Amino acid sequence: MLRRRVIPCLDVADGRVVKGRRFVDLVDEGDPPELAERYAREGADELVFLDITAAPERRGTLLDIVERTARRAFIPLTVGGGVRTVDEMRDVLRAGADKVSLNTAAVADPGLIAECAGRFGRQAVVVAIDALQRAPGAWEVVVAGGRTPTGLDALEWARRAVELGAGELLVTSIDRDGTGSGYDTALLRAISSGVEVPVIASGGAAGPADFVAAVRDGGADAVLAASIFHRRIHSIADVKAAMAAAGLPVRLIPQAVA
Amino acid sequence: MSPRPLVAVVDYGAGNLVSIHQALTSVGAEVRIAAGPAGLVNADAIVVPGVGAAAPAMVRLERQGLVDPIAAWLADDRPFLGICLGLQLLFEGSDEDEAVTLGTLPGRTVRLPDAPTLPHIGWNQVERTRAHPLFAGIDDGADFYFVHSYAGAPPDTEAISAAPEYADGLVLARTTHGQPFVSAVARGSMVGVQFHPERSGTDGLRLLANFVDLVRAA
Repeated sequence: MLRRRVIPCLDVADGRVVKGRRFVDLVDEGDPPELAERYAREGADELVFLDITAAPERRGTLLDIVERTARRAFIPLTVGGGVRTVDEMRDVLRAGADKVSLNTAAVADPGLIAECAGRFGRQAVVVAIDALQRAPGAWEVVVAGGRTPTGLDALEWARRAVELGAGELLVTSIDRDGTGSGYDTALLRAISSGVEVPVIASGGAAGPADFVAAVRDGGADAVLAASIFHRRIHSIADVKAAMAAAGLPVRLIPQAVA
Repeated sequence: MSPRPLVAVVDYGAGNLVSIHQALTSVGAEVRIAAGPAGLVNADAIVVPGVGAAAPAMVRLERQGLVDPIAAWLADDRPFLGICLGLQLLFEGSDEDEAVTLGTLPGRTVRLPDAPTLPHIGWNQVERTRAHPLFAGIDDGADFYFVHSYAGAPPDTEAISAAPEYADGLVLARTTHGQPFVSAVARGSMVGVQFHPERSGTDGLRLLANFVDLVRAA
């Protein structure tokens, strides 16, 4: 039975892990490879790095971090943020990432999804969808860190992205992100029931019960969170224990240190 | 055999080599990235990693002059580990894109039937059908990391689990996503896994250490 994954997300800016409420009030939370190794030891099933470095000339720092992380944490690594071309994706994969997540660039040029999937395989292409609720059961895709509306319906975009070659969808509720009010399970259910690929839930986790709801009610295959792990509000082991108690299949690490 | 056997990791542009390089190094191998036949000279073992589709992979291997040396290596029963696509390429062909592959092993690479999600991404249990030193010290049913939509299907897959006459057969382990599929094989000095040991935490490192031990003993 395929396990439901718990994925810590590390927002990375200029070589450090940071966390703010969606790109503002950033607080330094540590060295990415060090945190990555800690999470791997504690039972993380995968890691996501979201590069929020604004300046393209600092991309070299990101590649260095990816490589140092791949050398320390023997679990899969997805890198998102700022990848706009097949060549940029190649560089990130060669540095040691297993998957790249496309967001704004894919909305601007959906053909990029097909190009990347054709070159590296669809399993390496994650399409990140930031969704803002517009009406009950209706969400709009927003880009540029949640600031820019696109006019795209999130469910239609999800299906299109998969047709084009997305191997996985990372679905973030912008309404919930950073609020601690739980994942948007209605959004997750709407998307996961319409596609064959795995859906990763993101945005709004406050406690272990939210992870359970994302899988059970939202149909998510994986659940992502950032600050509750960084700040040690809950450990990965806590979250997995709650998921296991709810009857969800999770990978338990006997030697995990909480 | 030297205490650090020389393992040639084939680079044919199919994804991340950093983790397999680092993982093999950390379990005692000397790793050389091989982009052509010269990279295989004096190697004690070959590892073919990789994810993605078979046809472009075969084109790149051919262009790099690696198809014949790898086929000869396998024919000589020298130590070999195929990972994910590197295992699939050992079969006769792939349904994904009708690629003709190496044909070292009987059967084709087929899409996972009845899978609830595709690609099959994440940790899943590897259940052994027979004992093999590749899995020494690893619990039966341990979780390993998978990322694929296709898997090699030897023709005798159906018979493997029950029949004692297959006790020394090709299949080492199975995993279920929808239907059971073959997740590890071995024949002579050749082993292949559909999952990614280099991304499977401590059990993955253990498996790679076991492979390096097999290379030392060869």
